[in-house]
Amino acid sequence: MTDATSNGPTARAKKEHGSLLVQDALTKRRNASERRFRAYGLTAIGIGVAALILLLTSILSQGLPAFQQTFVTLDVVLDEAKLDKKGNRNIDEIKKVTTFGYAPLIKNGLKSRMEELNISIDGLSDKDAGGIISKEAAGQLRRYVIANPDEIGNSVEFRFLANGRIDGYYKGRVTMQSAERDNNVSPQQLQLADALKDGGALVTRFNWDFITKADASENRPEAAGIGVAIIGSLYMMMIVLVLALPIGVAASIYLEEFAPQNWFTDLIEVNISNLAAVPSIVYGILGLAIFINYGGLPQSAPIVGGLVLTLMTLPTIIIATRASLKSVPPSIRAAALGVGASRMQSVFHHVLPLAMPGILTGTIIGLAQALGETAPLMLIGMVAFVRDFPSAPPEGFFDPASALPVQVYNWTTRADPAFVERASGAIIVLLMFLLCMNMIAIILRRRFERRW
Amino acid sequence: MHDNEQHIARAFDRDLEAIQAHIMKMGGLVEAAILDAAESLATRDEELAERVRNGDHAVDQLDLMINEQTALLIAQRQPIAFDLRTVLAVMKVSSNLERIGDYAKNMAKRTGVLVQMNEIEGGNSAVRRMAKTVQVMLKDALDAMIQRDPELAEDVRQRDLEVDQMYNTLFREFLTYMMEDPRNITACMHLHFIAKNIERMGDHVTAIAEQVIYMSTGALPSEERPKGDRTSTDTTGIS
Amino acid sequence: MNDMRHLERTADTKDIKISARNCQVHYGDTHAIKDVSVELEDKTVTAFIGPSGCGKSTFLRCLNRMNDTIDICRVEGDILLDGEDIYDKRVDPVQLRAKVGMVFQKPNPFPKSIYDNVAYGPRIHGLARTKAELDEIVENSLRRGAIWDEVKDRLDAPGTGLSGGQQQRLCIARAVATEPEVLLMDEPCSALDPIATAQVEELIDELRERYSVVIVTHSMQQAARVSQKTAFFHLGSLVEYDETGQIFTNPKDPRTESYITGRIG
Repeated sequence: MTDATSNGPTARAKKEHGSLLVQDALTKRRNASERRFRAYGLTAIGIGVAALILLLTSILSQGLPAFQQTFVTLDVVLDEAKLDKKGNRNIDEIKKVTTFGYAPLIKNGLKSRMEELNISIDGLSDKDAGGIISKEAAGQLRRYVIANPDEIGNSVEFRFLANGRIDGYYKGRVTMQSAERDNNVSPQQLQLADALKDGGALVTRFNWDFITKADASENRPEAAGIGVAIIGSLYMMMIVLVLALPIGVAASIYLEEFAPQNWFTDLIEVNISNLAAVPSIVYGILGLAIFINYGGLPQSAPIVGGLVLTLMTLPTIIIATRASLKSVPPSIRAAALGVGASRMQSVFHHVLPLAMPGILTGTIIGLAQALGETAPLMLIGMVAFVRDFPSAPPEGFFDPASALPVQVYNWTTRADPAFVERASGAIIVLLMFLLCMNMIAIILRRRFERRW
Repeated sequence: MHDNEQHIARAFDRDLEAIQAHIMKMGGLVEAAILDAAESLATRDEELAERVRNGDHAVDQLDLMINEQTALLIAQRQPIAFDLRTVLAVMKVSSNLERIGDYAKNMAKRTGVLVQMNEIEGGNSAVRRMAKTVQVMLKDALDAMIQRDPELAEDVRQRDLEVDQMYNTLFREFLTYMMEDPRNITACMHLHFIAKNIERMGDHVTAIAEQVIYMSTGALPSEERPKGDRTSTDTTGIS
Repeated sequence: MNDMRHLERTADTKDIKISARNCQVHYGDTHAIKDVSVELEDKTVTAFIGPSGCGKSTFLRCLNRMNDTIDICRVEGDILLDGEDIYDKRVDPVQLRAKVGMVFQKPNPFPKSIYDNVAYGPRIHGLARTKAELDEIVENSLRRGAIWDEVKDRLDAPGTGLSGGQQQRLCIARAVATEPEVLLMDEPCSALDPIATAQVEELIDELRERYSVVIVTHSMQQAARVSQKTAFFHLGSLVEYDETGQIFTNPKDPRTESYITGRIG
């Protein structure tokens, strides 16, 4: 009897639902929309990847040459008659000779090298020939002589930077055709460079100076380096890490674990979220007003940049830390309280270790953000041209310095196209830094990660 | 209290009701068996006695069935509190009914022997009255069970005294008959056993009534049950 | 039968460990516990039963002031542990929780080694002066938690790697390691399979010799199996508190009866 009653509906149901082997209209529509959505997703990812590849190729193709530089090797006779007229090797007297005094020595060196290699180019004046050597060369020679006064009178082999245009010739920026129209370089100079290259006196090689040396003036892009900017950025990161991590973590632990739930903490919470969204330039104005105008801290100093970036990073760190504290299951806190741990013990023995990977990731993301920040640093004067390296910390924190992103901005505003290459090179270094930081974040997360 | 409340699992209610329905059916069969056995004795109807004897099989079957179903119910529902007491009561009532059925069968068996002998004056009708009393008690006990009426059950329990007194009277009566004429001894012995069976039935009905009281109140009646059967302790009549 | 129960009751008369008097709990505007007065005996398993949201867990958490961690929770009335009011201003809740241990619904071992899980309580309470003493406490606690034989060879393994039932017994071992006097259990078996449940129930029965155990459970059968006393909570009130045997065979209050027999009430 029960069989009979249950048979009826099932038989009818079978007819209503039809065969499973044939998709009905609704299923077809649903599957089609699902396929469409997947296609949208793939397209979005494709566009993103394409943009990334485009960006990377453009930066790499523009920036990688910055690490290569053209050098001219010359034997320079350090003529005693010109450098040390009295012949008593008195440093103070030697120092009186300016770079103008050294320039002829280099020209002579070049002339003798040209003779040695039997190079003679029609329509090339001596002045133009000397022009293929960077203006930085005289300074380099002077520094050498002041450091080694005993070498005066000898003939010493030097490797001088080639002029930016000559360098550009080998990197494809300058051609014979463009040189004819260019006031700064002539085709004859390029022919000379080619001849020197054939003779082995002109080489293109890896340029450590780009990473270690300071910025250079508008006229000599070949000598410009990012050393000061790297040190400035490094100092600021140290300040940000030392200030923002403890303050941020302490603030979030208090807010998350101890603070009572009332309108005041709600207000603080909302404000922290809003602060994270405040444009960074506002922090720059704040820094300018508070730290420099009111606090009397020096302009362009890493300490001010570090403080401003700390203010900017704090909300990020607090939000990340609170999120990772929240993600620790409440059962762990209850367990700790249940065995008679105090709130602080429960936080420091159990909750914090579990939240550590998240906190570190958040901190490093905050640092990376700070590392790439430009606008607030420009407002506090870090955009200034800084030729001298800051000294070691802590005094160095108060010396003027530059920062990597500011240096990039600075170079892109300069006229000489050689600086564009420099800027791209600096961007590559910046990206390497960010990559390293992310690697550290991943490694730390792996180290600290625990299952529960 | 429980009449208007149902279990959240309605199948539980259905199972409980089904088992109690079996009890009622069993009770009906047993009541009929008591009356028929007495009737067959009074009217010397061997055929009816035969039917009573055969009918006991159905009662035994119902008892088995109730046992199986309560076991299943306990395994499936783990009854507690009132439900637990109901299930426990049902099991006990079922075995009590089964015993009463056996006594009825035994009565019918003895009827088969008694019809071969001389009738004892007044004995049959007294037995029949006694059987009727026990049957009414049983009916009331089962009604009390269905209605969860501990007062009615208590009343049934008190009425056992009546049965005991009837048995005492009969006991003395049969003694007299046997002393008057030794030829009556066999018949009187059988009649006495029948009377004793009915008296035992009364005890079982009392046990059922007590289960009903336990089931509805959660406690067994604490006071001693009224005992009227003094034949085992008294020396009445043999002086 | 009645007499037997009477005998048992008089023989088992025990000291009162915890007594609550007119306890009221408010969660913000919600009156979660209404005027509960109850006396919990020492060396006895007391079960709290009742439908979800009836306040049994809330009341349990009042007994070791676990509700303190919730800002909006207010407790009124007296709760006495050995005659001392645990809500007195001078009482430090941390000290109280060392005396009144707790085991939670979900097994929640710390993501540390089995050894450290058990050793944590004794460490923060300074119960062991030497490593050897600590080792002994850990071993005894794990034995009392009926899990020693299963984990003695891998004390350095993470506690989270154990099975659910083992984790819960580890949590019980962790709770007894601080030498509590009362053990509160909030539905300790609700996440466990029947075998693990039976093991934990067996363990609770053994714990009764040393501790006063209070267990909140949704399983009527479990309450009947492990407890000697049962309290039925309904809508924040204590409806009935009696011998477990009495509650489960013949409850006095119709609400108790309706609840435990699974009726709509």
